Amino acid sequence: MSEAAADHGHHTPAFYVKIWVILLMLLGVSLAGPEIGIQWVTLLTAFGIAVVKAYLVAKNFMHLNLERRYVVYLLLTAVAFMFLFYAGTSPDIMNHVGRNWTNVAAQAEVERATEALNHEVPHGADHGAEPASAEGAEHH
Amino acid sequence: MAQPETPETEPHSEHTGDDHGHDDHHEQSFVSKYILSTDHKMIAMQYMFTGMIMALIGGFMVYAFRTQLAYPGISVPGYGTVSAGEYNALVTNHGTIMIFWVAMPVLIAAFGNYLIPLMLGCDDMVFPRLNRLSYQIFLLSAIVLVVSFFVPGGGFGGAWTAYPPLSAKAEYSLTPLGSTLWLVAVALEFVAFLIGGINFVTTAMNSRAPGMKMFDMPIVIWMIVIASILFMASVGPLIAGAVMLFFDQNVGTAFFDPDRGGDPMLWQHLFWFFGHPEVYVVLLPACGITAEILTVFSRKKMFAYKTVINTALGTGILSFFVWAHHQFISGIDPRMANVFTITTVIISIPIAEMMFVYVATLYGGSITFSTPMLWALSFVVEFLLGGVTGLFLGASGADIYFHDTYFVLAHFHYTFVPIAILGTFAGITFWFPKMFGRMMSDKWGKIHFWGTVIPFNLIFIPLFMLGAAGQHRRIYSYENFPELAVPALQDLRILATNSLYVMLAFQVIFLINFFYSAFKGKKASKNPWDSNTLEWTAASPPPHGNFPGAMPNVYRGPYEYSHPDREDDFWPQDEPA
Amino acid sequence: MKPIATTRSATGIPTGKLAVWWLIASEIVIFGGLLGSYIMHRLGHPEFGGYASHTNTVAGAINTFVLLTSSLTAVLAHHAAEQKDGEKAFKYLWFTIAGAATFVIVKSFEWHHEIEQGYTVTANMFWSFYYCAAGLHGLHVIAGAIMMAIVSFRARAGKELQQVELVGLYWHFVDLVWIFLFPLLYIAK
Ligand code: HEM
Ligand SMILES: [Cu+2]
Repeated sequence: MSEAAADHGHHTPAFYVKIWVILLMLLGVSLAGPEIGIQWVTLLTAFGIAVVKAYLVAKNFMHLNLERRYVVYLLLTAVAFMFLFYAGTSPDIMNHVGRNWTNVAAQAEVERATEALNHEVPHGADHGAEPASAEGAEHH
Repeated sequence: MAQPETPETEPHSEHTGDDHGHDDHHEQSFVSKYILSTDHKMIAMQYMFTGMIMALIGGFMVYAFRTQLAYPGISVPGYGTVSAGEYNALVTNHGTIMIFWVAMPVLIAAFGNYLIPLMLGCDDMVFPRLNRLSYQIFLLSAIVLVVSFFVPGGGFGGAWTAYPPLSAKAEYSLTPLGSTLWLVAVALEFVAFLIGGINFVTTAMNSRAPGMKMFDMPIVIWMIVIASILFMASVGPLIAGAVMLFFDQNVGTAFFDPDRGGDPMLWQHLFWFFGHPEVYVVLLPACGITAEILTVFSRKKMFAYKTVINTALGTGILSFFVWAHHQFISGIDPRMANVFTITTVIISIPIAEMMFVYVATLYGGSITFSTPMLWALSFVVEFLLGGVTGLFLGASGADIYFHDTYFVLAHFHYTFVPIAILGTFAGITFWFPKMFGRMMSDKWGKIHFWGTVIPFNLIFIPLFMLGAAGQHRRIYSYENFPELAVPALQDLRILATNSLYVMLAFQVIFLINFFYSAFKGKKASKNPWDSNTLEWTAASPPPHGNFPGAMPNVYRGPYEYSHPDREDDFWPQDEPA
Repeated sequence: MKPIATTRSATGIPTGKLAVWWLIASEIVIFGGLLGSYIMHRLGHPEFGGYASHTNTVAGAINTFVLLTSSLTAVLAHHAAEQKDGEKAFKYLWFTIAGAATFVIVKSFEWHHEIEQGYTVTANMFWSFYYCAAGLHGLHVIAGAIMMAIVSFRARAGKELQQVELVGLYWHFVDLVWIFLFPLLYIAK
């Protein structure tokens, strides 16, 4: 089986299993990251590792390394358009103040929600028993 | 010459099991021939006739609400009095229908389905059953939209852009069912065009006739393919937005509700990130149709073929960078308004260049003013006016005044009408002989042409003037606006509306010419316009499989007209050297 | 019968595969728009961190494990199909479908628990995005499972073996989306 696979330039089952093991180890790291409790480490282990995992899956399972180059460019272009969308849209949505403007409603919501979280009551008409945990409010 | 069949192509391979075997029967019943056909030409016809029916509905709507504007309060013959709520629903659905159920199905789906396999020398699209599915979803979407007019509360009236909070809350829109059905219809239509688009792009990339390189494809195919790609790349965020809006409408989420942490601006971005590329989605196929016709009837090689394609690609990419010019006064960050002003000014360069290239193709040609040629020429002329007025609007300073006035409305009708009406008639009159095997009447075609183009200008030039005078869009009656209710302005409204009646009346001539010619017209030869591209080497109309016997091979580009070494002034792509 | 058009391949990429790449590209922008919108709100609203602390990281991690594993079985099915071993491809596809089923079951327990606690789709913006994004992804999981089931029977009969790779590609994409959803919804708190 494996010699025929090598003919196609594809990989062997053992190779796929190896990639899978690496992916699981990465999953472990991304779960361990937040335990350290430093925010930038969490972000790095969460999103840095997501990118690495995505790369491994795309390259080895989807065989993008063996595919024609322009397929890779096509997919990257789609991703790039999403960054473009983000770049054009986030100044209005993410920020709540800008030059000569203020998003009063959003500011009020942040204030209200922060207040509510500090009082450990989840927001919403139908909120249930479990109160918001105290660490939740730590970040800001 | 036939393409060698690969082993996978054994007849009756895997399909018969799960497919009810429709495409395998040769003596076909009415249903399998006209309704469940997977033949690309039949699907093209389905798209075209559905589009025509929707155009009649959209045309009836504009008749009703324009009458209300010119003669406020009158009982519109055939409709009755138009209430304020109905007015909103009519305007909204007129716009939605004309863009999503007329321009797109006819220009992209009908011409794309008809022309791509024929012009590339294939027997069908690469995925015929997916193609049929695409049409069926499209038909369903059209039905949902039409049903939405008749549900309690009436059709959606929150404008084709569906800005929240008006579109998100039934308390505001007063159309609890209408707005959801409208949204579902639009979303289904997107799905149909995504499926269709993948089919188009894959066919063009993979299934060209042997010998046909990328740059041997006719421009119209390029344009339809680029348009499909633009659509696929831009519609995603709006599909996500439609899901969010649906939740806001029906589940009670607050994605677009500022009171509960949402942001209505987000919808505007999601919408226009799609909305601006969308205008190029419909523009490019019309440019492609025009390019074919201009070369054939000036008997000249297309001037700068590759430049046209590169321009289209460049415009396509640029069209992703301008979307927020629709939001200059919605409260976007002023710094972003600067950026989008600059990109908007830049995008007019390639489009202007493309029009110049078209004019250069005409220069020195031996021009025949046939009906299709008149439509194509009028497209170039009228579209220029639309494009130029876009620049006024793209300057964010000027747009503070112009935004949401009839100036904007006239601007985009000077682009959409050339695209969806002039461009479509150009295409229909040009390929009619191929589609139906008969010629349309040239005389009546010309009468229809002048009867459409002159009133078109008489409708929208007054609207430019009204917009410049400060008349806002989406207002049911100007009687309550003292400075706008003056007779001088009302006269312009009446002129526009009366011209509309004339234009609508002339469409009857088209319909008669179309149906009469389809059954009784003069028989058309294979290649009545002495054209080079492959569809003209098939019979008129082409049989199932398009090129029975031998599939064509291609030896040259599509625009070798009046070649100095040849006696004939055309040189079909499939003729061996 | 397949048209001649379907069997041509001017790009060198088989037609079906080319179509799947375009499908994935158009899916990227759908999820991209949704996740982009979420991230904007997430960064503009510090309170989301508090809301997110109630998501169940263990359930998310189990599902990540399940999807990564099902991606492995999907690629093994592809491998088997390349060896023209339809039986084996069938088997591996059904392992993958079992992964999809596990994913959905874990999700439904997770959601059930959350809804019971009052974290419904309307509780606040975070939860709205949470259900919307995970729900859209879940629909893709279900759709992928159905397609794999259809293809698996063809593969077992030795027909259309190339389709095993195509559903596999789609499945890896579904996995990829989850790889990003997991940190976005569960880890970054
Ligand atoms: C391809 C042909 C074009 C089409 C089909 C088109 C279509 C449209 C549509 C439908 C709108 C109005 C949307 C609404 O508010 O309901 C619009 C507005 C606008 N168009 Fe175009 N347009 C085209 C070309 C251009 C060009 C070439 C430019 C500039 C260089 C341009 C600049 C604008 C601007 C700035 C607005 C916003 C105006 C406002 O709302 O205040 N357009 N266009
Ligand atoms: Cu625009």
